[in-house]
This record gives sequence, structure tokens and C-alpha cells, in this order.
Amino acid sequence: MTRKQRRITLIAAGLGVLAFAAALVLSALKDSIVFFNSPTDVLQKHVAAGERIRLGGLVTPGSLVRGDDLNVQFQLSDGSHAITVRYQGALPDLFREGQGVVAEGALDQTGAFRADTVLAKHDENYMPKEVADSLKKTGHWKDDYGKSPAGGKRSP
Amino acid sequence: MIPEIGHYALVLALGLALIQATAPIVGARSNDPALMAVAGTTAVAQLAFVALSFAALVTCYVTSDFSVATTFENSHSSMPLVYKFTSVWGNHEGSMLLWVLILALFGALVALFGNNLPATLKANVLCVQSWIAAAFFLFILLTSNPFARLAEAPLEGRDLNPILQDLGLAIHPPLLYLGYVGFSISFSFAIAALIEGRIDAAWARWVRPWTLMAWMFLTIGIAMGSYWAYYELGWGGWWFWDPVENASFMPWLAGTALLHSALVMEKRNALKLWTLLLAILTFSLSLLGTFLVRSGVLTSVHTFASDPARGVFILAILVLFIGGGLLLFAWRAPLLRQGGLFAPISREGALVLNNLFLTTACATVFVGTLYPLALEAVTGQKISVGAPFFNATFAPLFVPLLIAMPFGPLLAWKRGDILGVAQRLFGAFALGLAGVAATFAVTGGGPVLAPFGIGLALFVIGGAVTDIIERSGIVQQPMRIALTRAAGLPRSVWGGALAHAGIGITLLGIVCETNWAAERIATVRPRETVSLGRYDLAFEGVTPRQGPNYSELVGNFTVYSGGAVVGRLQPSKRSFAARGNETSEAALLTRGFSQLYLSLGEARPDGAVVVRLYHKPLVLLIWLGTVVMFLGGALSLSDRRLRVGAPRPAKDKTQALMPAE
Repeated sequence: MTRKQRRITLIAAGLGVLAFAAALVLSALKDSIVFFNSPTDVLQKHVAAGERIRLGGLVTPGSLVRGDDLNVQFQLSDGSHAITVRYQGALPDLFREGQGVVAEGALDQTGAFRADTVLAKHDENYMPKEVADSLKKTGHWKDDYGKSPAGGKRSP
Repeated sequence: MIPEIGHYALVLALGLALIQATAPIVGARSNDPALMAVAGTTAVAQLAFVALSFAALVTCYVTSDFSVATTFENSHSSMPLVYKFTSVWGNHEGSMLLWVLILALFGALVALFGNNLPATLKANVLCVQSWIAAAFFLFILLTSNPFARLAEAPLEGRDLNPILQDLGLAIHPPLLYLGYVGFSISFSFAIAALIEGRIDAAWARWVRPWTLMAWMFLTIGIAMGSYWAYYELGWGGWWFWDPVENASFMPWLAGTALLHSALVMEKRNALKLWTLLLAILTFSLSLLGTFLVRSGVLTSVHTFASDPARGVFILAILVLFIGGGLLLFAWRAPLLRQGGLFAPISREGALVLNNLFLTTACATVFVGTLYPLALEAVTGQKISVGAPFFNATFAPLFVPLLIAMPFGPLLAWKRGDILGVAQRLFGAFALGLAGVAATFAVTGGGPVLAPFGIGLALFVIGGAVTDIIERSGIVQQPMRIALTRAAGLPRSVWGGALAHAGIGITLLGIVCETNWAAERIATVRPRETVSLGRYDLAFEGVTPRQGPNYSELVGNFTVYSGGAVVGRLQPSKRSFAARGNETSEAALLTRGFSQLYLSLGEARPDGAVVVRLYHKPLVLLIWLGTVVMFLGGALSLSDRRLRVGAPRPAKDKTQALMPAE
């Protein structure tokens, strides 16, 4: 096999694998990405029932209702609108009323959100970044959300 | 006083790095041995000063000096000593200092053990190494000084993030950094080769041990992080395709490819340009990993720093080193001559295939990790690309790689005989098929692909064993001769086979865990029993307990299997007063390679608790496989032909005849 043929074989194999990978990536991107929405987005964009989304906001204080069989229900709000979230399972350690959470799932026919995952993923400021950004956008961001509970300031 | 000494030592290290970044390359250009020799001295001195600086920071933490800002933010006087020590790198500033400490360590190692390197190459390598060091010293001094003092010293610190107060996580970052930073050596060698415009098989022989060492530590570092996430985060997952995990996985994939292409270059003098490019890309991905984790562009449990100014600085470092490296490659690469020829079906061909799939898989991970960031930057839309994406793209690319893996080591260099190899792999095929059949028989239905996963894993392990059997000739030769031959095989052959077997073992664990793990979430009251599979857990109530810097609620469970007690599980929920947050400590019961996993959810006022109970069959194999890979790497590294700083083979008669001093 000459150097040229060898190189062509290599390039063809490389392109073949790349094309295969590109096809995989494109089809996976079409099917498996999930958009993040705030309650206001959901109402404005008319997200269809059954479409898988992430919903983020603050858990409205006093809205948490525990039912039987680990069923829970709470309101998720971005200050302007609130959506009822239903979930069955154990809530994460960092789930608190008044704190930011992200729920993944879909709206049902009644307009409530049926979550199959609830994340209270946090950075050191106890606020998921998506939630913080959407609160800032809607103007409901309060500066003290960003501080960790112990308080204290660093000198310049 | 001590923080100031640390700070000053760091400034001096920067000064040394700047000297080392200029003098040796001038020396290499003008062939001035004195200027080139500067590099060795400064590299060792740099290590000494960075180590002094690091020791100063450790002292601040261990003595709980809360006048230092980072100590105040991340430590607490009541923390156990070991966590005071490990919280040094449990935050952005300290971890960057650890990063440069390891960088200086590697630089000094090259200076000390690189005596058999050509003088100009050594000078250039240390010079490039010092460019990286200087950039990171500047980064630390300008944007993230770990020694900054507070105007008024507080009495008490704010404690380390509780989920980081764990031994597994304590050793995870140093191991990971040994891997990340270790690839800087391959990068420096690549850039030095491009500067010199000369590269040969000997170059690959020098680079390979360093790459292998970095790869070993990265492997075990990733595994450590995965095991930590598994037992600490409380939901029993061991890999989330979280951007931070991907950030460490991408250099691993590229580094694995580099390891294999350097092999082709060393043995056959082919794939030179590709190897250089991979060396640059692997370190670029390591830098990108640092950037992704440290700049706070990603939200994840691991992110403990979020400061855009730092992000811009690291971005500048990225552009400088990745852009500069690739530009230099584009400019100088045409100077390098092409190497040996080989047929597509050959050992080289198999290694090219390996590289093709590894780098493509790496690219898909790259797309999945960075696409959400790019999309948000361009359109403002927020999306999450989670496990489904990666499973759908990564797995189809990794399966062909694993199928091809046993063939590679058995193929001959230059021109191989695929049918002959297939015949020799008959035993491994049979083992794989037996695995498929047995799994079908035992599970009867269930996930369709799972038995094939088991079969593939067994085929991979069988292939590694076949490799050793074929080379030692156990089948053809009498036992005694075969054993001598097996013992006489180069350690790198054993190491390679061991590492390949490790992949198979990990795969076996992954397939079993993902397909047959059982989960149960339930509310239990005292004296009630919760069952999963053949295990029954009797709940005896909760007892409060006081730890050094936390109070915890411990659930007491006795585990029965078929009526007999097999163990106790005591998961707990800890509250840390200093930060006011809670963590769950899962309890694990190991049975063979399988584990019973129990974590506590919320406790109800009536004494009932929510528990999450998992049975994870063969889950320990996932990490055992990575340990086997690590050992394979270590064995290969101990091969005298590969050893770092190994003495020159005794070809040089004049040297051999010189009298001993």
C-alpha cells in the first residue's frame, strides 16, 4: 500500500467515525436536551403539557404539603407567578421553603407540574444559578439571597 | 508573619519562573551550556519556594489563623486536624496553590531525572514548563491570593463546606491535579520539539513515562471522585455526566489516546504529528478543566469559586497556551518528517482506530459539556444536557472500541493477520458468549442489551488474558518453559494487559449496577422492617450523637438475610452548626463486590424516617477496575526500558570504561 493510499484509508476511516459521531450528537441533542424555564416563562411561552422541561424558582413558604406514600406538593414561584409542583419521593437534604430549587418533569393536563427529579443543587450561596438569573431578570432578586447564612464580609 | 512569608515565597517563585522562562531558551538557541543549565537550578529552587509557600498556608489552616481570609472562609477551630489540613485545597485559592505546587514538582522532577535528555531539549522543556508556571503564579498573586489578610481577625471561621469534610474528597483533588498537571510535561515536550523542529522515537520514549504517570493519577483521581459522589451525595449514583466530571474525563480520554499514539511513535516512528497534536490537546483539556471548575461558569456541586475576574484571567491563560500551542503546531509541524509505513490491518492500524474512537468520544463529551454554555451565551436560552445525551452518544462510540481492544495487542506491527488473531481470540469469544448465555439464563428477560454488556466485558478481560497466554506460549510449550517466558515478558506487556483487563472489570461493574440495581424509598417507623430483595432491614429507632463539629441523628438498622443477621447499617444525618446546613452520611454494607446502600431522608416528628435503600450488585468492580488500571500503569512504569531517568543502555563504550569516582 502506498503512502497516499494509506493516508486516504486513514482519512476515510476518520471521516466515517466523525460522521457517525455527528449523527449521534445531533439526534441526541434533538431528543435529550431539556430547557430551563421559570414559572413566568411557562405561562408566557405556553409550554405544552407533557413536554419535558426544568422548572426553577423559590419554594413558596408555607406551601409544602406532605401526603401519604412520600407524595409532596409545593408551590414554585419566581415572584410574579407560581406553579404547583407534585413529586413522589424523598426530597433532597437542602430542600427548604423559601430556597431555590430546580424540578425536572412535565406539566400535566391540569396545569400542575409533575416532577420526577427535584434538585436543590447549590453553590456556596445556596441558590441554583439558573434560579438566581431568572429572579434577577424578573426583578425579584434580593441581595440577601446571595449571602450564606453565617453572614460576614471579607475585607477588600 | 507566616502568611507574609508564604506570600513572599510565592513572589520569589514567580521571579525564578520568569528567569527560567527566558534564559534557557536563549541558551538553547545560542548553544550556551551555562545558560541552559540555569533551568535545572531554577526548577529545583522554584519547587523549594512554592513548597515553602504551601507549607505557610498549611500552617495558617492547622493553627486556625482566622486573620487570613481564606482560612476564615473555609476552616473552623473545632474541625478535626485532618480536615483543617485538607481544607487548604477545599477552596479556590488553596487549590490553585496546590496546582502550582504540583507543577513545580513535575518541573523539578524533569530537572533532576532528565539527565539523559539532550541538553537543548531539556532546556526548552523546562522553559515551556516555566511559562505555564509563571502564568499561574501571576494568576494566583493577582486574582486569588490565598494569603490575603482580614482587617479585623474574626474569632471563629466559617467552616469548610460539610460535604467536603470527607477523607475521600480530601485526597481526590491532589490525585486529580497530579493527573492534570502531569500532562503539562507532555505539553512542554511537544512545544519544545516544535521549537527545535526535531522529533524522533527517542522523544516518544522520554514522553511516554510522564504521560503514563499523569494518566495513572488521573484515572485513580476520577475514580476517587466518583466513589465519593456515590457514598456522600446520598442517592447512590456514581457518575452523573456533570460538567465538572466531564472536565476531568475529557483529558482522560485524550490522555489515553496520547498514551497509545506515543507507543506507535516510539516503536514505529509513525504518527508523529498526531502525537504532538494530542499532547497539546490533552493539556489544553486539562487547562479547560481547571477553567470550567474554577471560574464558576458552571453550576455544580463542585463549584466553590465564582468570580468573573478570575474567569477572564483563566480565559486569557487558555487562549495563550491553547491558541499559542496550536499556532506553533501549524507553523512548525510541516518541518517534521513523516515516519514509517503500515497497513491498515496492523498493530499501528489498531492503535489508530483506538485514537480515532477515543478522540471522537472525547469530542462528543466536549460538545455536550460546552453546548449549553455556548447556547446561553448566544441566545440566552438555558438548557441542560444530561445523562441521556451522553449515554446516547458516548456508548455507541465506546462499544466498537472495546470490541476492537483485544485484537490490538495481538496484531503484528506493520502488517497483521486479522483472521489469525480472531482464531487466537477464540477462547475470549467463547468466554464472552458463555457470559451472554449465562446472563440470559439467570435473569430471564430483563434489559435486552445487558447480557451483551456482560459478554463484552468478559471478552475484554479474556482478550487481556489471551494476550499473556499467547506471548508466554503456555499452549504450545511445556509448562516450565512457558512460566519462565511469562516471567520474562517485559513488565510493560503485563502492565498493558492488566490495564485492559481493568477496563473489562469496570465495564462489568457498570453493566451490573445500571441494569440490576434495586431501589426502594420508604417511610419506616421504629420496630418496622423494610425489605429489598433478599434483605430485610429492621429499624430500631434513631439516636442523637455529637461529633467534633456537628451533631448527628443516627438511624440504627439491623440487616437480615434469610432470617440471619448479616450486619448493621447506621446511616446518619449531620447538622453543621457553623454553616447551618446538613449532610446525609450513607451507610454501606459490602457483601462480596456488591453493596447494600442506605441513606436517611427527612425525619418525621412521630419518629418515622424516610429511607432510601439500594442494592447495588457488583458495584465495587467499577472502582476495582480503575485500581487494576492504575496498577497496570505502575507495572508498566517500572519497566526498565520506560523508567523515568533510566540509565542509558550500555551502548556508549567510552562512558562504560570511565573509572568510577
